[in-house]
Amino acid sequence: MFIDRNARLRETRSWGDYHCLGIDAPVLGRQARPGQFVMVRTGEGAVPLLRRPLSIHDAGPGGIELFFKVAGRGTALLAGRRPGDPLDLVGPLGKGFTIAPGMSGKHVLCVGGGRGIAPLYFLARVLAGAGSRVTVLYGGRTAADIPLQDKFERAGFEILCSTDDGSRGFAGLVTALAEREIGRRKPDLICACGPDPMMEALAALARGLGVPAEFSLEAVMGCGIGACWGCVHRIRSEAGGGEAWVKICEDGPVFAGVRIVWGDRTT
Amino acid sequence: MIDLSVDLGFLELKNPVLAASGTFGYGREFEPFLDPGRLGGFVVKGLYYGPREGNPPPRLVETTGGLINAIGLQGIGVEAFAAEVLPGLRGLGTAVLVNVCGADDDEYVAVVEFLDAFDGIAAYELNISCPNVKQEGRCPALSTGATARLVARVKAVSKRPVVVKLSPNVTDIAAIARAAEDAGADGIALVNTFLAMAVDLETRRPKLANVFGGLSGPAVKPIALRMVYQVASRVRVPVIGMGGIMTGSDALEFMLAGASAVEVGTASFVDPDAAVRIVGEIEDWCGARGIARIRDIIGTLRID
Repeated sequence: MFIDRNARLRETRSWGDYHCLGIDAPVLGRQARPGQFVMVRTGEGAVPLLRRPLSIHDAGPGGIELFFKVAGRGTALLAGRRPGDPLDLVGPLGKGFTIAPGMSGKHVLCVGGGRGIAPLYFLARVLAGAGSRVTVLYGGRTAADIPLQDKFERAGFEILCSTDDGSRGFAGLVTALAEREIGRRKPDLICACGPDPMMEALAALARGLGVPAEFSLEAVMGCGIGACWGCVHRIRSEAGGGEAWVKICEDGPVFAGVRIVWGDRTT
Repeated sequence: MIDLSVDLGFLELKNPVLAASGTFGYGREFEPFLDPGRLGGFVVKGLYYGPREGNPPPRLVETTGGLINAIGLQGIGVEAFAAEVLPGLRGLGTAVLVNVCGADDDEYVAVVEFLDAFDGIAAYELNISCPNVKQEGRCPALSTGATARLVARVKAVSKRPVVVKLSPNVTDIAAIARAAEDAGADGIALVNTFLAMAVDLETRRPKLANVFGGLSGPAVKPIALRMVYQVASRVRVPVIGMGGIMTGSDALEFMLAGASAVEVGTASFVDPDAAVRIVGEIEDWCGARGIARIRDIIGTLRID
């Protein structure tokens, strides 16, 4: 992990509130692992003050991609950046998804809800490279909330979409779609990122089937590097073990489903 | 060559910039980003005697130019600190201060007595002022009597210098500083965070689970600067100033107002190397003005 003040925006793509930034950052790109994140300075001066944590959407020898939805002033500023603009990044941070040896031939279900799809593209690519069979489930409120469907299809992934309003794909929650798919074909591993209720439902499904699952958690972060203890979640030391407030930025953001205590009060 | 060293009387620092407690972890977290040996020192995150669970989330909310936190001093306790962390801090080539917490006076004393047995600590920073541990920010630093009682008890046992960290959430901060000095404090550090809250209009709920938290960052700097000036002009012991310092200029303003050293806190979240950058900016400012010794500017604010 390091501060990359030489990163430069190479290209941008936008779909309404959703944006994808292609960033020249060769060292970050080589170091990054699926599920890790960067802390991005979104503007100059004191407003916004803090960096914003964003999952690494893809990475390679040339740099990284970030995919996000505008959620406030910081992400709106970031969405306004133009190709050629410098970017100030800290990363790669956190512990990502477990890419265990022996994943060849295994079936992995990657489930993304809304902007939570961000880390799953990189993950799916790396898993496919390791020989896994990846199925992506991608859910949103409407067709406008699942702009990356084409990208996954073009990369050759099996992808099934759901929308709450039925405007594209399966009509209903992505968790209902996941239940249907799991009923047809039991996966060897479930990886997911999205709203907490979505991940909680998937964790229950995985537990019922005895399938291991990993989830990428989200939080407001102060530092992103484990110093402020601001981004905690209730986590068990192991399945059934003692609980504590654990730093998402340093010990996560990806945790095994059996360790996550769901139902934290959130605003 | 500009002499950046400052003398706190009880402790000589290679430069006046310390990383502030609660924003620098246990000291090692920032090593990927800066060499701690380039700092005047750092203050380790607040330690209670035992491990402490901290507050439920959300613990952080960003406000205009500021950050409200309600971490609740989650931490590992003195035994784990001495066994697992402190040995790694001894070779860093910088002053290590430990921020000392307690649920009551006895716990502060117990923390100091325990840590006194271990090498590698330059001084204690007595945290009598954390606003987000108890409801509505109650802490010893809100009264002269409680401050004097606690400082006297800690000073009676401590083998090391004791810096007392004050709360800004008082009507007369100079009176609290005087009470700490009269009770034997070797130095005064100020300010801790400002008791604050934030509201989510749509959910009609506080944005922090703890309701209240402590505000830090550039938003508080003018008030912190005023308080540092008020205290520095009323006490004889050295003052360590802090509150929204983001740049070398900010740090130098606190020094003109009477601070012998400064602490950099929230800035380290924005830029993990901020404290070292600020050392460089202080040096550049002195160099551009032909100032040979940084200590010559302490308390030189011109007031006619």
